[in-house]
Amino acid sequence: MRTQDQTLDEILNLAATHFKVSREKLTPDDDFFKTLGIDSLQALDLLTRLENHFSVELPDYELQGVSDFRTLAGRIQARL
Amino acid sequence: MKGCIRPGRHRKLDPAVRWAPSKYDTMNQFKGEALSWELNSGVIELALHREPANEIGSLTLGELEKFAAALEKLQAHAHALIIYSTLRSGFCAGADLRELYRGTQRISKAEAIAGVRDFLERIHRVLNAIDGSPLTTIAAVHGVTFGGGFELALVCDLIIADKMARFCFPELRLGLIPGFGGIPRLKRDLGNGVIRDLLLTGRSFSASKAHAVGLVSQLAAEGEVLRVARSTATQLGKFDRETSIAAKRFIKPIPHEELRREIDIFCDLFTRPAVEAGLKKFVESTEAQPYLP
Repeated sequence: MRTQDQTLDEILNLAATHFKVSREKLTPDDDFFKTLGIDSLQALDLLTRLENHFSVELPDYELQGVSDFRTLAGRIQARL
Repeated sequence: MKGCIRPGRHRKLDPAVRWAPSKYDTMNQFKGEALSWELNSGVIELALHREPANEIGSLTLGELEKFAAALEKLQAHAHALIIYSTLRSGFCAGADLRELYRGTQRISKAEAIAGVRDFLERIHRVLNAIDGSPLTTIAAVHGVTFGGGFELALVCDLIIADKMARFCFPELRLGLIPGFGGIPRLKRDLGNGVIRDLLLTGRSFSASKAHAVGLVSQLAAEGEVLRVARSTATQLGKFDRETSIAAKRFIKPIPHEELRREIDIFCDLFTRPAVEAGLKKFVESTEAQPYLP
């Protein structure tokens, strides 16, 4: 099973690849809306990619108010 | 652009498929502000293209009514209908809540309810016409397929989904239930537990989840859903039409009584202050994730 750090690292890699942002520019406590420059629909796109990548279901309400990668990793880790 | 779907052009005519006679030529194509359609090789393709996310308001409803009227004649010369979106954002984000909110602000409560009921009855007539069409119908969906957009997909015989599509009924956050026939049609297709999950939590399902519960019949790779739908439509054209029509009529009854009840419940709920507050919150929201219930 992945550790939370591994989960976080995979999220950062996935976000950097899909949204074409340098991986080095992303840090765990970044506001991903700002760092990735995404809107709510693209956030939904990110949610789907994360669900597909980690093979989990992540209900939208668990992401209410979540905007940094570290907290996001915690939410996913709880469902692995 | 990944995930972007563009309508194809001038596909080769298959001589085995019936073709519309010239007297219907003016109905074979339509290009409106919210949607367009084209009949080609026995397949009608209805493309949604109202920015930003194909919200269904009075403009789209008016053009859908034109489509429903044309469909009565077009369907004699076709075997399949594909409904899809040309917008990158997705298939359809549902009812135009901004129009609904603004349209009900300067009129009395009674007038607002009468307007809502009229809108619902009109959209139900359109959706029932597509639902009961003798054609085999396919919703080719990608991206956001929420609320009324989900309900539009549910009238189709088959839902083919891009693997990045998401399905959701967020109406409860507004103090409402789905109003375009969503619950009766879900009840026709799925187990009650899945419907309660979708409806009562308001959470969205990924295409994979929707496929796993039997809502989606086929999954397509990103950007490939229209190609997969066209391939399926070609296959449908190989079957005897009378047999396909008989099979559809036997297995897919329209739940008229429940659809009527849904309109009544929706209109009853619409009178409450919670709905106006929910609509106001949505329309004026500056939250990063306003789609979240």
